[in-house]
Amino acid sequence: MAKKAHVTLTVNGDEYEALVDPGQTLVDALRNELQLTGTKEGCSTGDCGACSIRLDGELVCSCLVLAIEADGRRIDTIEGMANGETLHPLQRNFLELNGLQCGICTPGILIAAKALLERNPDPTETEVRYWLAGNLCRCTGYDKVIRSVLAAAAEMRRA
Amino acid sequence: MVDINYAAPDTLDKAVALLARTGGAKVFAGGTDVIVQLHADLIEPELLVDIKNIPEVRSIAAEKGGFRVGAAMPAMKILDHKAFATAWPGVIEGVALIGSVQVKGRATIGGNLCNASPAADSVPALIAAGAVCTIVGPNGRREAPVETIVTGPGKTSLAKGEIIASFFFPARAPHSGDCYLRLTPRTEMDIAVVGVGVSLTLDGSGTCTAARVALGAVAPTPLLVAAAGAALVGTKVDAAALAKMAAAASAACRPISDKRGTKEYRIKTAAVIARRTAEKALERARAN
Amino acid sequence: MASILEKSGFNPDKKLKIVGTNPVKHDGPDKVTGRAKFGADLMLPGMLFGKVLRSPHPHANIRSIDTSAAEKVPGVRAVVTRADFPELPFGTGPGDLSRNIMAREKALYDGHAVAAVAATSEAIAKKALKLIKVDYEVLPHVIDVRDAMKAGAPVLHPTLRTKGVEGAADKQTNVVERLVLAVGDIDKGFAEADVVIERTFDSQPMHQGYIEPQGCVANWTDDGQVDLWCTTQGTHVFRDRLGEILKMESAKIRVTQSEMGGGFGGKTGFYAEPLAVVLSKKARRPVKIVLTRSEVFRGTGPVSGTHYRVKMGCTKDGRITAADAELLFQTGAFTGSMYFNAPQAMFTRYALKNIRTVSYEVVSNRPKVNSFRAPCVPQIVFGVEQIINELAEKIGIDPIDIRLKNAMKQGDTTIYGQTFGPIGFVETLEASKKCDHYRSPVPKGQGRGVAAGFWFNRGGDTTGSLTVTPDGSVTLMLGTSDVAGSRLSISMMAAEELGVPLDKVRAILADTSSIGNNRVTAGSRTTFSSGMVIIDSARKVIKELCRRAAIIWKVPEDGVVFEDGFCKPASSNVGEFAPLSIAEIAAKTSVSHGAISGHSEMNVTGEGPGFGLHIVDVEVDKETGRVDIKRYTVIEDAGKAIHPLQVEGQYQGGAIQGVGWALNEEYVYGADGRLQNPGFLDYRMPVASDVPMVDTVIVEVPNPNHPYGLRGVGEVPVVPTMAAIANAIHAAAGIWPDSLPMSPPKVLDWIEAAQKR
Ligand code: FES
Ligand code: FES
Repeated sequence: MAKKAHVTLTVNGDEYEALVDPGQTLVDALRNELQLTGTKEGCSTGDCGACSIRLDGELVCSCLVLAIEADGRRIDTIEGMANGETLHPLQRNFLELNGLQCGICTPGILIAAKALLERNPDPTETEVRYWLAGNLCRCTGYDKVIRSVLAAAAEMRRA
Repeated sequence: MVDINYAAPDTLDKAVALLARTGGAKVFAGGTDVIVQLHADLIEPELLVDIKNIPEVRSIAAEKGGFRVGAAMPAMKILDHKAFATAWPGVIEGVALIGSVQVKGRATIGGNLCNASPAADSVPALIAAGAVCTIVGPNGRREAPVETIVTGPGKTSLAKGEIIASFFFPARAPHSGDCYLRLTPRTEMDIAVVGVGVSLTLDGSGTCTAARVALGAVAPTPLLVAAAGAALVGTKVDAAALAKMAAAASAACRPISDKRGTKEYRIKTAAVIARRTAEKALERARAN
Repeated sequence: MASILEKSGFNPDKKLKIVGTNPVKHDGPDKVTGRAKFGADLMLPGMLFGKVLRSPHPHANIRSIDTSAAEKVPGVRAVVTRADFPELPFGTGPGDLSRNIMAREKALYDGHAVAAVAATSEAIAKKALKLIKVDYEVLPHVIDVRDAMKAGAPVLHPTLRTKGVEGAADKQTNVVERLVLAVGDIDKGFAEADVVIERTFDSQPMHQGYIEPQGCVANWTDDGQVDLWCTTQGTHVFRDRLGEILKMESAKIRVTQSEMGGGFGGKTGFYAEPLAVVLSKKARRPVKIVLTRSEVFRGTGPVSGTHYRVKMGCTKDGRITAADAELLFQTGAFTGSMYFNAPQAMFTRYALKNIRTVSYEVVSNRPKVNSFRAPCVPQIVFGVEQIINELAEKIGIDPIDIRLKNAMKQGDTTIYGQTFGPIGFVETLEASKKCDHYRSPVPKGQGRGVAAGFWFNRGGDTTGSLTVTPDGSVTLMLGTSDVAGSRLSISMMAAEELGVPLDKVRAILADTSSIGNNRVTAGSRTTFSSGMVIIDSARKVIKELCRRAAIIWKVPEDGVVFEDGFCKPASSNVGEFAPLSIAEIAAKTSVSHGAISGHSEMNVTGEGPGFGLHIVDVEVDKETGRVDIKRYTVIEDAGKAIHPLQVEGQYQGGAIQGVGWALNEEYVYGADGRLQNPGFLDYRMPVASDVPMVDTVIVEVPNPNHPYGLRGVGEVPVVPTMAAIANAIHAAAGIWPDSLPMSPPKVLDWIEAAQKR
């Protein structure tokens, strides 16, 4: 085995240290080294979006990032989305409008949707659909996912 | 996956030295292809040379009336560059189709090219645009048109130790327009069955003075189809010229049948997509 | 059997407070914050990581397996192969299952497991896999169902003999069974017909496509007990099957379900879970196995691909006089496709007097198929519902009208012998005609299609219990799985029964040692069946509450009634007592004899059949063959929507899965018999930008066998989809699709062929 590398990751504002294989993906490190299992892994090839996170603010698939590359960088995952007990409007709208069925795609979709709304607070349905094209959901047929995002956006614009 | 090492040099020279020195070294930029290949055991590099800490490959700037785009600029950053997007909407279309937003947060055009897939979405658009690569290697710098880089599936003309540092997009003549369209079964997240990039320029009277047509996914490499471009030059890009161009595009196809489409289907639809792409490029040229 | 409802009194006029509303599901908050634990999320101290070696050959004898080099790798704690599983005869349930989870004599498909390793890290396990030497004798293989039926085709199982065919006793074959299901006289029926249409169709296997790959942790204790945590649609079935293939008592096995990230039928059977168990036994450590996406595609079961012929005839005025079908089903390398559903369901919704079906289940060198929503029915309805439209077109009547004309109603008897009680097909069709989508004109350049579907819905063995805690809150223990909110719907019914706020009710998904048997969560049975046992439990609790109130008040038991969450005197004659709440009674258990709980186990019957109709508008790119879904509406009878948003979610999700099946999803095999597209990039499931919103109309024709009238809603939504889209493509492009998926190259071919005609 190649020598493990020591990395320092700032996840949701908390600093973590870990030893990782140079070839180890960030999703693997988050889940197995840091035990932050909110980020899901559905394909490991960048095709399902379940592993979506923010890396220094950029929306990325954590299965397509090496843990070693993230050394010293800021990572935001689903575990950091709520503000204490207060859910993010996206989280709340997904709950209220049934934007999730099984919920395995939900962390990735929420992370991706939040990134969208930061860039574009008033997206059209089509813009939401294209932005989320990298997040597969097999349960919902997307209808209520899209509605939840649009409702959250509307609420956030009012706030 | 074999045991690998990782290095992230901060200058091109250091990166070149590492690549030249190590047997199984591989350039690592966005990682969206490399990581997948690594975990599927398709590649077994000893060393990954991460070039993302090198400023030169991570910038985009105006140059000589055109643009220089760092080879390791993430796609999302290119899409967000307003001036570049206005000048090269077709390149933007190609870059926008590289993958999901998440993938584009990492994927780079240098990587899209060097992965050497015949179906890479940004490549026909870059070829049509006449983009030129600046390559850095053990023997210094050289320039090469994009269409000379890919030599076969997974193969490039880059020598050992060479890195594409940036792409130069020349200044745009008035009345120019480009476009990239592709055919995929889904709207997103697919590999092109056929991809076409067209860039053309008109004179004041609407006659085409220059045209480049490039095809993806229809041959072992992306193709610059000179005959297709020539079919438009000197015409008003009317239906007859478009049909001739489309026929030339079809004729240039040397596809395989695979899980993504049959040979026949690719040849047939290459003509359709070529025509539609040229029509859109024409519309843009007329509006400029 | 006296229906449960006779006892419980289905009352359509009952004022409902909770049933029919849309509260937030209790498992929701943890799912939006990332705290919910799915199959891959559990970690145990000392846990090892398991990896599976899979055959690269579609068909090969396994001469030998040498694991010695792998065992020597530092960090490797166990390697298992076929030698670690008890010998069980082929052709029996356990024998086949055992062979499917670990190849024995032969590897029978690309991706068939041949060995597994447990090591201290995944990287070490992967490394060790490469050191296992398997000596294969590669055999000719067969992928397609028709090829597998040909004389001289490679035979998968030398001892397999066709059931249902005379004289098959000594013939080697790939045909598992031939099944004839018929009623009336089709010759007579076709003679009465003015129009007869006969066509052949085929379909590709489709994967359930759950986003969560199978994941489990197994721990074999030193006491010889097995603990298995996993994502599953059926803990008890996993337990019992595990017991059978390992030849151990079920009571020594405890299966605990995690949250499940989608199943759709695909998690009704297990794959790597037994390997984790046996690895754990050998390593004496907990072992975790999580499949990769590629393993999910290569090693777990899709639904059957098919090839079939359907013939139907009708009179000038639209009465269907006869239907005839011959159906071939791929079942993968082992039997188990549930293909018998197809002949039972394919025409059921139309009151036909003359039907004949002949069905075959056939093995070939593909992964063993598994269930998917309405197993084996949608791909056949694809053909049937096109022919219905074609008949309507030929005689010039509206496609919904021809369906209305032949629609089954209460009192009609099906081909499988069930006489329907109240059903909602006619109501569904009428609602369809009235809905905005059907009444609005078809936009220019588009085509509109409709198609109808049916599913039995299911009941079966179910156990549940309900406990009132000393503070009056209520816990439910369910033994079924929650695929999309059944915990909530069942909690809502419990709260409704007990007259307590929903917030006071919490349901848990119990492990197999904590609760009695439950059939798998499949066939749209869970909200219905688990709901039934919980309602039954609640009613037992209510009885007990009344008895306790009687003790507290020192009045006769029949002097107490239960209303809106309170025990009250039945009349003023009983005496003047302030009503007692559940909490007040629960707090007095010392006076009134201990804890209060209700328990129920039954083989639930009385499921209400479900019917739906889909309307879809498409645009066809006639130069490329691409089909765009522009508008979609699902109209379906839910009986009663306990949680309307969740019901809509089922309709929408099913329909969009059908869109994938209709347009792009397929298994692509190379000439070498290897799967070419084992990933989400090339196995093309719909992405958000591919589809429109899906409008829904929930029809409610109550199922009188259920306390709240519910049917099941999970299966029907995918049954008509592909046919509806095919009919829309016909309307848009003038072609009749005869093959799934209707991918761009095929559609373009059909268009060009039509132009040549
Ligand atoms: S797990 Fe990263 S995209 Fe699927
Ligand atoms: S809710 Fe199950 S995959 Fe999206």
